[in-house]
Amino acid sequence: MLEIKNLHAEVDGNKILRGIDLVVRPGEIHAIMGPNGSGKSTLSYVLAGKDDYEITEGTITYNGVDWSEMSAHERAAAGMFLAFQYPIEIPGVATMTFLKTALNAQRKARGEDEISTPDFMKLVREKSKALNVTPEMLRRPLNVGFSGGEKKRAEILQMSLLEPTLCVLDETDSGLDIDALRVVSEGVNQLRSPDRSMIVITHYQRLLDHIVPDVVHVLSKGKIVKTGGKELALELEKNGYAEYVDEEAA
Amino acid sequence: MAAVQETIDQVKAIDVDQYKYGFVTDIESELAPKGLNEDIVAYISAKKDEPEWMLNWRLEAFRRWKTMEEPTWARVDYPKIDFEDLHYYAAPKKREGPKSLDEVDPEILDTYKKLGIPLSEQEILAGVAPENRVAVDAVFDSVSVATTFKEELAKAGVIFCPISEAIREHPELVQKYLGSVVPVSDNFYATLNSAVFSDGSFVYIPPGVRCPMELSTYFRINEPNTGQFERTLIIADKGSYVSYLEGCTAPQRDENQLHAAVVELVALEDAQIKYSTVQNWYPGDADGKGGIYNFVTKRGDCREKNSKISWTQVETGSAITWKYPSCILRGDNSQGEFYSIAISNGHQQIDSGTKMIHLGKNTSSRIISKGISAGVSQNTYRGQVSAHRKASNARNFTQCDSLLIGDKCGAHTVPYIESKNSTAVFEHEATTSKISDDQMFYCQARGLDDEEAVALIVNGFVRDVIQQLPMEFAVEAQKLISISLEGSVG
Ligand SMILES: Nc1ncnc2c1ncn2[C@@H]1O[C@H](COP(=O)(O)OP(=O)(O)OP(=O)(O)O)[C@@H](O)[C@H]1O
Ligand SMILES: [Mg+2]
Repeated sequence: MLEIKNLHAEVDGNKILRGIDLVVRPGEIHAIMGPNGSGKSTLSYVLAGKDDYEITEGTITYNGVDWSEMSAHERAAAGMFLAFQYPIEIPGVATMTFLKTALNAQRKARGEDEISTPDFMKLVREKSKALNVTPEMLRRPLNVGFSGGEKKRAEILQMSLLEPTLCVLDETDSGLDIDALRVVSEGVNQLRSPDRSMIVITHYQRLLDHIVPDVVHVLSKGKIVKTGGKELALELEKNGYAEYVDEEAA
Repeated sequence: MAAVQETIDQVKAIDVDQYKYGFVTDIESELAPKGLNEDIVAYISAKKDEPEWMLNWRLEAFRRWKTMEEPTWARVDYPKIDFEDLHYYAAPKKREGPKSLDEVDPEILDTYKKLGIPLSEQEILAGVAPENRVAVDAVFDSVSVATTFKEELAKAGVIFCPISEAIREHPELVQKYLGSVVPVSDNFYATLNSAVFSDGSFVYIPPGVRCPMELSTYFRINEPNTGQFERTLIIADKGSYVSYLEGCTAPQRDENQLHAAVVELVALEDAQIKYSTVQNWYPGDADGKGGIYNFVTKRGDCREKNSKISWTQVETGSAITWKYPSCILRGDNSQGEFYSIAISNGHQQIDSGTKMIHLGKNTSSRIISKGISAGVSQNTYRGQVSAHRKASNARNFTQCDSLLIGDKCGAHTVPYIESKNSTAVFEHEATTSKISDDQMFYCQARGLDDEEAVALIVNGFVRDVIQQLPMEFAVEAQKLISISLEGSVG
């Protein structure tokens, strides 16, 4: 279970998160929506443990463990996964190599044996097929020259291989064509399980038709200003954020 | 910057010396008295049972050397070397050039085992498929101690032996080719080497023969205060092919040690030589104390048409590296290649690169250099590409990339391009980059710790060059890259 209490965070001295309270139980999917610049990606970075993102107040605990002193790779081994809004290029490192290195690094951190090459190959073939990731893409350097949609699919492929228990998807739907949106959503839904928590950041109700959330939050100026059921997303689609943004200012 | 800075700090906190080849072999040695004069030159020559022509060649080099000055143009900085304070010859005592493995001191065999180089043919055969076998010549201080698979190579007509043996047994070849690529008077260190070289490898591939296995030499400096001056000569006769690997290590010592080798390659018509090096001499400790001074002259001559020479190097060791494996593209349609990974860490200083000298028509060359600097090291790529008046249609492509880890190190690129023929086309591309915080975070968010992330990104950066290495070497090189970045950054 993820518990965020009164979380304040800043980057380079800029206060961005201003008191977030959020509890995500195993099996739940929470959607976070909100205007550009409201702090959605910042929240995802703070959760993943990015350097320079400083928690100035409040706490993050996961399964009862305080995450404030844990580095990004330790959080990954503990089950955290962030699907990046803007995936990073790693030149010269074949996607396949990257996947194997990541998987083995996490296994090592958990005191497990490395996966054998045949087992790994089988696993990748199976998972990549489901996400329409071609063998050719797996040979290419990670994210280098990938189209926007290919990058997002590669993110979800990583997620399905690493089998995290806390998934944060930052605008995974942006840049996806209609078919890809369906494929990616199916991939995410497959991972839906009673042991897994997900936070889905998006601007569009469309994604939430595919990945149906239990709870929807509106983030504005670094705070959650409204929480509701999935119908909240529909309402936002119709009326925009004006009401909540103003409410917060008032 | 934060992520990278943290990496550096973390790595700094680890016990810095990760150099795992730093042990000393305890063995009785026969040493020449310190210092250099004509008597010492004669002493070395006599030890090797050399014919008179060889002694005269050495003496001529020595006299020449006395008139020369140490070069200072490279971007390296070190206290003046006292050439009188060195031993110019050291040999494991008891035997002069063992005839078979049974005669090699077990301590030395053990040393090579520790280095991961089995010298017994049975041991090699035990673990490897026939096509992956590697014939090894092991040079310990000044003497070649064992050459494996000699008989099998002889069946193919290939000569692979210590150069001291070649001087005695194949004088016609040695006389014809020694000094024909790197002349005696070439440069300060090459001339010194010509006077005092003690051993090294000799390879001759007869016409039309594809050498049936990889050939390899492992150089090991053991004795303190001893210069190592090997000499390697490889001749690929018409239509032949050979792939040759060179590996180097040395014990961890507080004093600096001098290594000044000369390598000459000759490729005749339609012949091809592939020369790969993994240089991992002791780089010195975290404070920059100790380490090897590596002043090496390596040059290949594409002497006849359609010949090809490729240099691939992975340079991770040495306190100072001064090294420019070069190609003289004399034959028409000949090709030269230089693929290099140079990693500098801690206080290391590397000044390395290549020269591609286009003399023949339709000659082409390709240079891919990847420099990685970390710690407070300095890493310079120095490359010369030139086309002679008659070198019509000469082509060169140079890609020179530098990667910086941290902000106390330096990367420098010094290209010299000179064309005397208007049909020559030379392309030069250079980039300098840093490992970005975003790349680090992305890898960390996937579960890689700081060192694993740096190693992965760096291995990606050098991929084009790693692909040029023979399989087994490529795996070794990748490990070595990770280890050298682990140990001495900061
Ligand atoms: N390093 C930084 N220095 C200063 N301001 C920053 C920095 N990083 C982010 N910000 C600011 O923090 C705010 C929140 O950014 P964030 O990326 O979290 O927004 P977002 O909600 O994800 O927006 P979008 O919907 O456009 O993706 C923005 O105003 C942004 O400019
Ligand atoms: Mg965002």
